[in-house]
Amino acid sequence: MKVRATKAIVECLLEQGVDTIFGYPGGTILNLYDELYDYQDQIHHYLTAHEQGAAHAADGYARSTGKVGVCFATSGPGATNLTTGIATAYADSSPVVFITCNVAENLLGKDSFQEVDITGIAMPITKATYLVTDAQTIPDIIREAFAVAATGRPGPVLIDFLKNVTAPNVEIEYNPLPKKDHAKEGRLAVWDKRVGWEIRTPEPNMDDIDKLVQWIGEAKKPMLICGGGVVRGRADKEFIELAEKMDAPVAITLMGGGGFPGGHPLATGMIGMHGSQASNIACDTCDLLIAVGCRFSDRVALDPQSFAKQARLVHIDIDRAEIGKNVKTDHYVIGDAKRVLELVNERITATENPQWKAEVFSHDTHVPVIESDHMTPDQVLRTIYSKVPQDSIVATDVGQHQMWSIQHFHFSYPGQLLTSGGFGTMGFGLGAALGAKVGNPDKMVLHMTGDGCFRMNSQEMATESHYDIPVITIIFDNRTLGMVRPWQNLIYKKRFSQTDLGFAPDFVKLAEAYGLKGARVSTVEELEAAMDEAIAWGHGYVIDCVIDTDEMVRPMVGGGSAITNFMLT
Amino acid sequence: MKKTISVLVENQPAVLNKITGLFSRRAFNIESLAVGATDDKSISRITIIVDSGNNVVEQVEKQLNKLVEVIKVRTIEEHHMIGRELILVKVSANTRTRQDILNVCQIMGGKIDDISPTSMTLELTETTEKVELFLELLRPFSILEVARTGLVALQKGTGGI
Repeated sequence: MKVRATKAIVECLLEQGVDTIFGYPGGTILNLYDELYDYQDQIHHYLTAHEQGAAHAADGYARSTGKVGVCFATSGPGATNLTTGIATAYADSSPVVFITCNVAENLLGKDSFQEVDITGIAMPITKATYLVTDAQTIPDIIREAFAVAATGRPGPVLIDFLKNVTAPNVEIEYNPLPKKDHAKEGRLAVWDKRVGWEIRTPEPNMDDIDKLVQWIGEAKKPMLICGGGVVRGRADKEFIELAEKMDAPVAITLMGGGGFPGGHPLATGMIGMHGSQASNIACDTCDLLIAVGCRFSDRVALDPQSFAKQARLVHIDIDRAEIGKNVKTDHYVIGDAKRVLELVNERITATENPQWKAEVFSHDTHVPVIESDHMTPDQVLRTIYSKVPQDSIVATDVGQHQMWSIQHFHFSYPGQLLTSGGFGTMGFGLGAALGAKVGNPDKMVLHMTGDGCFRMNSQEMATESHYDIPVITIIFDNRTLGMVRPWQNLIYKKRFSQTDLGFAPDFVKLAEAYGLKGARVSTVEELEAAMDEAIAWGHGYVIDCVIDTDEMVRPMVGGGSAITNFMLT
Repeated sequence: MKKTISVLVENQPAVLNKITGLFSRRAFNIESLAVGATDDKSISRITIIVDSGNNVVEQVEKQLNKLVEVIKVRTIEEHHMIGRELILVKVSANTRTRQDILNVCQIMGGKIDDISPTSMTLELTETTEKVELFLELLRPFSILEVARTGLVALQKGTGGI
């Protein structure tokens, strides 16, 4: 049937089950927004304060729900404001479809007002980009874009429509097609037939599985790493079964938080630069190390040459390009974590390793508590943890508070922890928290942040207030760039160059200006009272926790050095 | 170590950009690159020569495979390859040197494409080594301009990518 092009766009989104969009309008995308006006009962659009906030919100929504997030922005600055959000989603393999509109074809390439080559800019930070110049291709391209974002290793995709393509008088032939039939038509069908095209997740090679099963049988000191792939692949149950059957300690990467319960007796805590003693030492002493959905980043395999050198190192990943990219492994299995682990679990027998476990767990799995006159981050986190439901979603920004939060909280399901691990985006947290709350209205959502990070996107408190999305923001306020200062302290001879943030605003007043409530606390008692008030109030709340400037993240291994080479314990 | 990578891609705007981007973001240089349509106009073949370690090429090959527009990627081994490039060379020539240049051209199997009172433009399609030799032999006559296509390559025998 013939329909308006913009109607086809929105109908294609509905085919995908989209009911939530985060975005910000502007000149070139007005036609699409006009269409959206007729769909208000089917699609909830959240207008953020800034496009970056919309991008992070769509990302947080995707990470916490497992669905594909959708984000709209206009051309030029609207589109470039998305880029940090796109790169954040790309680095952490989060499926988000970004939709922008560009100037009309007759203005393209003429440095027109708000014109930018966003498909060119987004190329290295997306799985795919599409510049739509022909309205008739709309259904094919949107179906393809969602398939690309969600299948295999997930990730962001960008579609840029020329404004003339979305003009109200443009009609195209659109035939509704249920999502399950998308792969039978159009470009997706062409790909399906192509040799070597792996839009479908590869089925694991059985010889690879058998070899892994044999190695598991031979291992005396087995160890597992739970990476972000376990979270994205929602393979937590299979991973727990594997760990319990193998009776193997589990180190959890930053992105793996929620893939394996942090409170499980086999959990050794985080691994890497700020990993626990138990995790890092076990990686250095095990005889079999199976890393699932982890890419051995420079924050985990700090020194790729010496990483788990003594062990048989096995890599399970959905992305062939990750095999051997950072660390040379002894064996690998390519496939979806859930499927691979299912196959392995069917083939192994339960075993026990009491001696090996005793050895691993003789080292600290948790951060040592350091006494202080001031309220410590440890006290802040313990207080908060005691007040909130254990299934609360935690969105973090980037820095010390991120490490502390992830070290202290026990995440027990995929999507419970939302953090910018790969790209390390300061300002990610509030947008992500709002997206998560929208996608999970029944869960409590905490936004952990620092005074530096919060100032980067604090304007999203306007969104929080306007749509009444109740998120509790906890600021670890040390009036400094806490992750950088210790480096200056330890490595740069206390030359604190440009890391002093003592000129921050009054965060409580700022929250109030947006219609939220807030409290500034410097003792555990004050924090308890503030948390009680925040929970009872039920709307957006900001708690500014004053902590000492010289708090450090412990333990710490220096970049590039052996994983057991702790600078701080 | 030089590697020849042959890539079949959808013939679309910006595909070339995406492919070269995978090399440039790893800060390494493409020695030569040749693009052209295949028998199917919707599909282009890109032949890329890079000089780099095995690991890097392997990584780029894997990343190439992840691009939506890429249909197939194959590294062609030197001994399995028919590789040719075309070179156009404009050399200065006069009545005294014209015959010598013609000799070089004939020995190498080249062609004369253009001639003027003070110059000659020669054409040769050969392997990169022969093309280099051709240039070497012409250098004494003073080369004015050179244009090369870069290598295009196919696998020997019936097998292909």
